[in-house]
Amino acid sequence: MPSQVWAWAAPLMAVALTMLLGGFLFAALGKNPVSVIRTIFWDPLFSEFAWFYRPQILIKGAPLVLIAIGLSFGFRAGVWNIGAEGQYIVGAICGAAVALALYPMDARWLIFPLMVVAGALGGWVWAMIPGVLRVRFGTNEILVSLMLVYVAEQLLSGMALGAMRNPDGMGFPGSRNLAQYPSAANLDLIAGTGMHWGVVFALIAVIFAYVTLSRHLFGFQVRLAGQAPRAARFAGVNPARMILLCMGISGALAGVAGLFEVAGPSGQISIDFNVGYGFTAIIVAFLGRLHPLGILAAGALMALTYIGGGIAQSQLGLPAAAISLLQGMLLFTLLAVDVLTNYRVRFGRREVA
Amino acid sequence: MKRRTLLATTAALLALGTGAFAQSDDVTKVGFVYVGPVGDGGWTYEHDQARQAVEAEFGDAVETVFVESVPEGPDAERVMTQMALDGADLIFTTSFGYMDPTVNVAAKFPDVKFEHATGFKRADNLSTYSARFYEGRAVQGHIAGQLTESNIVGYIGSYPIPEVIRGINSAYLHAKEVNPDIEFKIVWAYTWFDPAKEAEAASVLIEQGADVILQHTDSTAPQAAAQAAGNVYTFGQASDMAEYGPMPRVSSIIDDWAPYYIARTQAVMDGTWESTDTWDGIGPGMVGIGEISDAVPAEVKASAEALRDSIAEGSYHPFTGPINKQDGSVWLAEGETADDGTLLGMNFYVEGLEGDIPE
Repeated sequence: MPSQVWAWAAPLMAVALTMLLGGFLFAALGKNPVSVIRTIFWDPLFSEFAWFYRPQILIKGAPLVLIAIGLSFGFRAGVWNIGAEGQYIVGAICGAAVALALYPMDARWLIFPLMVVAGALGGWVWAMIPGVLRVRFGTNEILVSLMLVYVAEQLLSGMALGAMRNPDGMGFPGSRNLAQYPSAANLDLIAGTGMHWGVVFALIAVIFAYVTLSRHLFGFQVRLAGQAPRAARFAGVNPARMILLCMGISGALAGVAGLFEVAGPSGQISIDFNVGYGFTAIIVAFLGRLHPLGILAAGALMALTYIGGGIAQSQLGLPAAAISLLQGMLLFTLLAVDVLTNYRVRFGRREVA
Repeated sequence: MKRRTLLATTAALLALGTGAFAQSDDVTKVGFVYVGPVGDGGWTYEHDQARQAVEAEFGDAVETVFVESVPEGPDAERVMTQMALDGADLIFTTSFGYMDPTVNVAAKFPDVKFEHATGFKRADNLSTYSARFYEGRAVQGHIAGQLTESNIVGYIGSYPIPEVIRGINSAYLHAKEVNPDIEFKIVWAYTWFDPAKEAEAASVLIEQGADVILQHTDSTAPQAAAQAAGNVYTFGQASDMAEYGPMPRVSSIIDDWAPYYIARTQAVMDGTWESTDTWDGIGPGMVGIGEISDAVPAEVKASAEALRDSIAEGSYHPFTGPINKQDGSVWLAEGETADDGTLLGMNFYVEGLEGDIPE
């Protein structure tokens, strides 16, 4: 029986351990480990310019949380959607397509909701491809969903260079800037807070996931399917339906995450629009123990390391790779510390009768 | 957000406008935002060399900071804002994709000067600068056209944007001038820096019979692929890549940003900085032609250097008519030279090039 205490203590200990190991790494790079750790984990929240960094944590964390919440359903049920990055891209393309098609019509009440629906639908469709192939032909959804990321990236390049290219852009790639199109822009709801619609949706998703997993029959089935697939079948869980639902939820959430990003912080469909949120969200999901509240905390922590990492780079001259290492270490130490969740460490030799 | 913090935010934003964050001491702080790692051996490497040149030039009078591998989008905007908050007086953003983020941040910090590489949007505190790499491409094409035995030149394109298409056209025109039978095979890698993809592209081109490879991507992987194949010529891109000389690397296009960065930093120190649009080539030294190696016959080397010098002194423009577009329509009449506007937005191949620009 896994320890309940350690299940929650392990992530905290992993963070502490990461700081310690990271400290050694930074010391080896010739930096003062204490000031680096403080710059990464403390400065974004409490330094002189925290009023600027705090909203940035919301902007950076919202897509991570949104995608990770979606993935957590599948990961609990043993459905491995690794291609959230692709679903994120396709969601952004579909959402942006709606806005660009209706440009410059002035009707926010119509256009913005339509974009959200299109974004969710786009991500959903992209996730349904590996889902249906798995259910119908027994293909491996890990491989198919991952490969579809690369297809989505090519699609994105094609859109940025072709169909969605800004006609006023002098031939340069990239679409119109949606953040400058009032009917489509996903701006801060209160200026300067970073609180855009994506953040609101991420919070709603956390609550929705929490209620579903703890109170609803579907949540029970998800947990059962992951922990005891055979028992789940006896309990009347239809495996095919479970796969499609889990893929669909994660795809749709990744899709809206992409839409909110393209309509707000990013602003345009460009060749390098995607920056790896779909992959980082996998780490966030596991770091958060596949639990909605855990994911919320993990997403915020991950966002913090990105923002603090940027500050550490420019203020202390730390290489970018050191920051990536630190982020990788987080998951690595968590997996290591998990030993404590599943096994009890005993000191001394056991007495032989 | 609490009301008090909201007020603090507003106050702080107002303070930005009045320059409360301008540095009080004499040190001029210069920030650099890089799209790749400083060790890429190409584009970002050269920008970082220039940053170091700025430090060497001014010593303790300047402090430079940089952030590498910054994705183009909201992350870039955050990094720039952070640099401005930390008291940077001048910020260079060194990738095309930083255009809108730079415009946004420049609007928030009217007292900080911004310089965006390869873009076209400017403001009172936002300049743009780029290099006329197509001048170097002309010299490359001139050499490539005479070196090839198979009459097939392979070209690794990064993205089909005006910058790259301009280079292809320039190289092709000057290869064709010295070798009427020349044929260009173009592979699009859809990346600026990805050694694996670039090596693959080079191998494909070599298999198709190309014995000269030109690249608009930044890694040395195509050089290595050419070396492995033997008897294939290449040119260094962005940096000299001299370690692959004298064969396969026979020459190179070198980005030399140092003179520009030093001049602009000086202008900020003197208070003479103004928003401009700089597009310099071989003449002012922003584009350098790397040493032409001994693998190139002496008379070819001599004529290539003559071409380089005529471009540098301005007596010859690489796009001088008569030049037709790919579809046969007239672009430039006899003796006419291309205007910068057309060059900046170039989205067509010249006559003789095969294939379509991908969309």
